[in-house]
Amino acid sequence: MNSLVLKLLVQRVALGLLLIFLVSIMIFLGTQILPGDVAQAILGQTATPESLANLREELGLNVPPLERYLSWLGGVLQGDLGTSLTNGRDIGASIADRLGNTLFLAMWAAIISVPLAIILGLVSVLYRGRWPDKLISAVTLSAISVPEFMMSYILMYYVAVQLGWAPSVAMLNDRMSLLDKLHAISLPIAVLVMVVLAHMMRMTRAALLNVMQSAYIETAELKGIRRSLVIWRHAFPNSIAPIVNVVMLNMAYLVVGVVVVEVVFVYPGMGQYLVDHVAKRDVPVVQACGLIFAAVYIFLNMFADIVSILANPRLRHPK
Amino acid sequence: MRSIPLPALIGLFITGLFLFTAVFAPWIAPYGVSKVVGDVWEPASGTFWLGTDNIGRDLLSRLICGGQTTIFVAIAATVVSFVTGSILGLFAAVVGGWIDQLMSRFVDLVMAIPTLIFALVVLSVMPVTIPVLILVMGLLDSTRVFRLSRAVASDIAVMEYVEAARLRGEGRGWVIFREILPNALSPLVAEAGMRFIFMVLFVSTLSFLGLGVQPPAADWGGIVKENKDGIVYGIPAALLPAIAIAALSISVNLVADWVLDRTSSLKGGRNA
Repeated sequence: MNSLVLKLLVQRVALGLLLIFLVSIMIFLGTQILPGDVAQAILGQTATPESLANLREELGLNVPPLERYLSWLGGVLQGDLGTSLTNGRDIGASIADRLGNTLFLAMWAAIISVPLAIILGLVSVLYRGRWPDKLISAVTLSAISVPEFMMSYILMYYVAVQLGWAPSVAMLNDRMSLLDKLHAISLPIAVLVMVVLAHMMRMTRAALLNVMQSAYIETAELKGIRRSLVIWRHAFPNSIAPIVNVVMLNMAYLVVGVVVVEVVFVYPGMGQYLVDHVAKRDVPVVQACGLIFAAVYIFLNMFADIVSILANPRLRHPK
Repeated sequence: MRSIPLPALIGLFITGLFLFTAVFAPWIAPYGVSKVVGDVWEPASGTFWLGTDNIGRDLLSRLICGGQTTIFVAIAATVVSFVTGSILGLFAAVVGGWIDQLMSRFVDLVMAIPTLIFALVVLSVMPVTIPVLILVMGLLDSTRVFRLSRAVASDIAVMEYVEAARLRGEGRGWVIFREILPNALSPLVAEAGMRFIFMVLFVSTLSFLGLGVQPPAADWGGIVKENKDGIVYGIPAALLPAIAIAALSISVNLVADWVLDRTSSLKGGRNA
């Protein structure tokens, strides 16, 4: 660890924090852009003037937007996400369990899909243009051509209903062992793995192919090394940084996929909570969930950049 | 004009078929789109080629008319996304300086939020109508078009003929629309195909979540939502839109791949 690397890391972390701050402004503005009255939009045309006035009071609409934003941000910084409009419960308390569930689901999907995507990417570059490559390409193209929720129902129909191998609804409770839990969420994991894998593998393949065009690869090939060794010893180490970026970029599909998959499998996570409350027009909940999802995504990206800074040998040995 | 390769030809044919069906949907559909004509979840038969849905409407008619809605919304959103994104992107590339920096950083910021999440945030206060959907989807997606067109245009903006046009005293509008745009068109066209597919998936997802096209209007995501309860009883009605979406998206992909291939060979790029 030298001072240059340290400086870059500090810069990157600062940038990430700044980004989260700016994103909080965007999310706040996103719920304010409606021309006219949010309260009216939430309650509809049939609202009585009293209920409108009550809701305005509750949302703090009588206060100017800047002040409202600052008090919201201040609350968030102290861990107070506000109260839900629909049931008056504390949002932080409702989210805590759900966030854990969502991370549990996403973590397993990532654990399975990341190594698999890298291996498949290596295989398809190794057998470039021959049938394994073409097969992998065709399957992944089909997988990215179908939206997540449809893939979920296809799996649910064949695997859960026809074959009966996995439950069609992903229910969790505290008494379940880890294995039972994994069995309960096997279908949601499978869907997420398929979606993420397809994107990740295609980009891993592209990143590897890009490196394969470098001059040192040609040298290695001309030395007469086996092709698998060329890829493993020469191409792969040099593509770690782009591959880490690809992996993290694809975590975005995981973040979005999780929302949809949770709704399909009635999984008690953040995504389902968010979607429910968008339909109910529960603005404080939506803002809180949106901010958390965006922050997770930004952290993942930041983490990817940090890994690629650390993995870059040129930065470790400054001139 | 070289001959079109077979995959692209198949892609063009199927895409054309979908567009044709979408345009003439009311005349092609055998039954009215929201007319209850049979029992609940009847299996496929001579009268109902694909069976009936959760309240006894003809599924084939729902699929055809649903395709019209989905494809129309997706095309409109793609147009919004492209017009906004490419004009701003080209503008940023030509003007450069702090305006470019400001616009690019703003786009980075919007892209730091996953699109679906941002759309959900905005839709929580907006009335969910088709024009609002088109605008929200189009504007959120225009960030990607902005990045692409800015990147492509920055490469072109330093070419001699652009410099020549500038020295001739042409205005910015001329430089953007007569010098840069024609040369940036091919990668943008290929990208348009991908964006269109993304929009189809996006609007279907929103409708499935109940935040897109509202009933009684039919659309592919909505058909899944309506028939999803049948899945656990072994009724595959909800899977039909998946086939339609997959077919459409694979064929558009084939066409876009061909356009991209063609342009990279035009540029003399190494496409090994």
